[in-house]
Amino acid sequence: MTLVINEEQNMLKSSAKELLDLKSPISLMRKLRDDNYNQFDSNLWKEMVEMGWTALTIPEKYNGLNFGYVGLGQVLEETGRNLTVSPMISTVLISTTLISLSKNEVLKSKLFDEIMSGNKLCTLAHEESSHHNRNVDLSIVSKNKEKFILNGKKRFVIDGSISDYLIVSANSESTGILNLIIVDSKSKGITFDNKVHMDSKIYSDISFNNVELSKDYFLSTEEDGQKILEKTFDIACVGLAAEMLGNIQQAFEMTMQYLKEREQFGVKIGSFQALQHRSAIMFGEIELCKSIVLKALQSVDSDSENLPELASLAKSKLGLTAKLVTNEAVQMHGGIGVTDDADIGFFLKKTRVAQRIFGDSNYHLDRVAKFNNY
Amino acid sequence: METQLKVDLTDFRLETRKWLEENCPMSMRGPVTDAKQLYWGGRKGKFNSEDQKVWFERMLEKKWIVPYWETKYGGGGLSSVQNNILNQEMQRLGCRKPHINFGISMLGPALLKFATEEQKIYYLNQICRGEIRWVQGYSEPNAGSDLANLQTKAEDKGDHFLVTGSKVWTSYGDKGDFIFCLVRTSSESKHTGISFLLIDMSSDGVSTRPIKLISGKSPFTETFFDSVKVPKKNLVGTLNDGWTIAKYLLTHERQMIGGIGETEKKKALSEVAIESIGITDGLLSNDSIRSKIANLEMNEKIFELTIQRALDEHKAGNNSGAVSSFFKYYGTELAMQKEELRLEVNGFNSTEWTSEESNNGVYARYFCRSKGHSIEGGTHEVQLNIIAKRVLGLPSK
Repeated sequence: MTLVINEEQNMLKSSAKELLDLKSPISLMRKLRDDNYNQFDSNLWKEMVEMGWTALTIPEKYNGLNFGYVGLGQVLEETGRNLTVSPMISTVLISTTLISLSKNEVLKSKLFDEIMSGNKLCTLAHEESSHHNRNVDLSIVSKNKEKFILNGKKRFVIDGSISDYLIVSANSESTGILNLIIVDSKSKGITFDNKVHMDSKIYSDISFNNVELSKDYFLSTEEDGQKILEKTFDIACVGLAAEMLGNIQQAFEMTMQYLKEREQFGVKIGSFQALQHRSAIMFGEIELCKSIVLKALQSVDSDSENLPELASLAKSKLGLTAKLVTNEAVQMHGGIGVTDDADIGFFLKKTRVAQRIFGDSNYHLDRVAKFNNY
Repeated sequence: METQLKVDLTDFRLETRKWLEENCPMSMRGPVTDAKQLYWGGRKGKFNSEDQKVWFERMLEKKWIVPYWETKYGGGGLSSVQNNILNQEMQRLGCRKPHINFGISMLGPALLKFATEEQKIYYLNQICRGEIRWVQGYSEPNAGSDLANLQTKAEDKGDHFLVTGSKVWTSYGDKGDFIFCLVRTSSESKHTGISFLLIDMSSDGVSTRPIKLISGKSPFTETFFDSVKVPKKNLVGTLNDGWTIAKYLLTHERQMIGGIGETEKKKALSEVAIESIGITDGLLSNDSIRSKIANLEMNEKIFELTIQRALDEHKAGNNSGAVSSFFKYYGTELAMQKEELRLEVNGFNSTEWTSEESNNGVYARYFCRSKGHSIEGGTHEVQLNIIAKRVLGLPSK
């Protein structure tokens, strides 16, 4: 497969850019933040649903668009450029991916319908500590063959405060097998501790106190829970890398623009070699990022066995480059860069949180080394 | 029509495969581990083995020394698709290139673009027969990064130029037959007073002196021109417009140094590290070195993808934006980081300089040699300047 996007994917990218530039400029993100950290703009979400973004990766069999992950990646790159506040990551990237790997056809059809129509939002409740871990401690006890009881706590749940459904990962207490269960967020016994993070997004710590679960709401069988979860993380990491690629390209371009405008000592500061060389190095690193993100997105669509390694390469490279580019972007903006009035700081804060989601560069480089037997 | 073409290409692949299997001697297959395993040709060219001679002569007869040049210039006249097939089939069997010459990789493309038809027929045919070993004369003692500052003078003496001056960093200058040179033909303007001249190194007044490097080896010479007579017909392109050719050629050089088309394959550093440092519970026993290797191997893999993406974008007619300066900078940077890290991985063993066990200090010498990568072909700093100005459009004042 050639490492270029095709015409259809390119058109999707252009239409995403057009919509977001108009309806979701960075000023909207600022406005929502100033509105007591509002996490959801219903008008914007409606437009996104009309554009078909909630159906992008869903197979035709379920009335989806079957556009693939290279397509979704183009949209996420654009939401990354605009720092768009939406449930695209929680509902479309993570939850839709996980649901599509499930064999529970009844639940799958119902959930896809609700997600595609934009009526329901969904998220994954998995993490239990400050660092990503693919294994869980949380467990469920079976009351009988049909009913189960969930007790314990999940942390850092993306969009937890606005989601209708939570997909909870929990082991069976008796067998130790991992299950993935859909839980209504309004169920009795669930309490939310919503915490604002540096990116002005809310991540919820969620406590489950004797929450009753029904067998009908299990997305996993006894065999495939861990497998579905692992693959969801790999694909999600690629999507998160695509969004970060948008973040860093935008931050870089805004910085280059600033270097061409800002004058000191009677000249444009972009004429200083100290800044030019660092800019050129960033340009190169971003070129590398574009290559690995596209390759990893393609490997999702082709169901390649290299997906796990490519996902880790993408997440680690993008994390490291995001750190470099957003630090330099703030530094090159000088004093204005550290003020809240300037947008550039948003990119620094956004990518610092994105790094943590589903494993940072350290986690993924460690994984790359293990894949290569050292 | 298209089907016919596909059939022809399949035939071509099968014929090529069969011919290579029958004609490439076994000892001419497999990775190149020593420069001696390559035939550089030229007036003083010697074959290192009978097989090397046989392989060269068979490929010569087939016109596959430069398979993709037109037949009137001595090439094989292959289309780019056919040439790709030939390359793939050669790689499949591990066939070595029958002949290496800067005339093929560097001068040839410049001649094809800028020379007269008469010059092309004369010089390109010579190159395709491996008769002339070409070397490059660009840098001077006072014109390194500031290449256009060159002072080697070519005075117009009616029927010939009289060349006086010196060049430095001539790769294999002592082994060359002809040198393609940038010379000053006008002092009125820095960039537009330079011309591109081909000089026979057996002419009276040409001499070379080896430059010994920190690696202990001497792959470069200084080259001196003391009132050397050069026929007027040896000028390529327009008088005083040699800078255009120089820039074009530098692009080719950067791609070459940047690692595209690298022939030598070394073991992955992680494999070396497992042997020298050891494994504990499946993990390399030194955490710090382990993460450095992972970081380097991540960048190597992604850099390879980036080369592939640039080629794919180019084929699709898009400008990838990733210019040759970037490939030169990043490719050499990774190669240098790797040699540095190799010292950490191999410890004291890697600093040995003369022992037999260390193969005459091969890694220490690779390391020292690698320090030149960020200097030759335009320093890191010059490449970054080019990216900043031409790609990013950053202002000069």
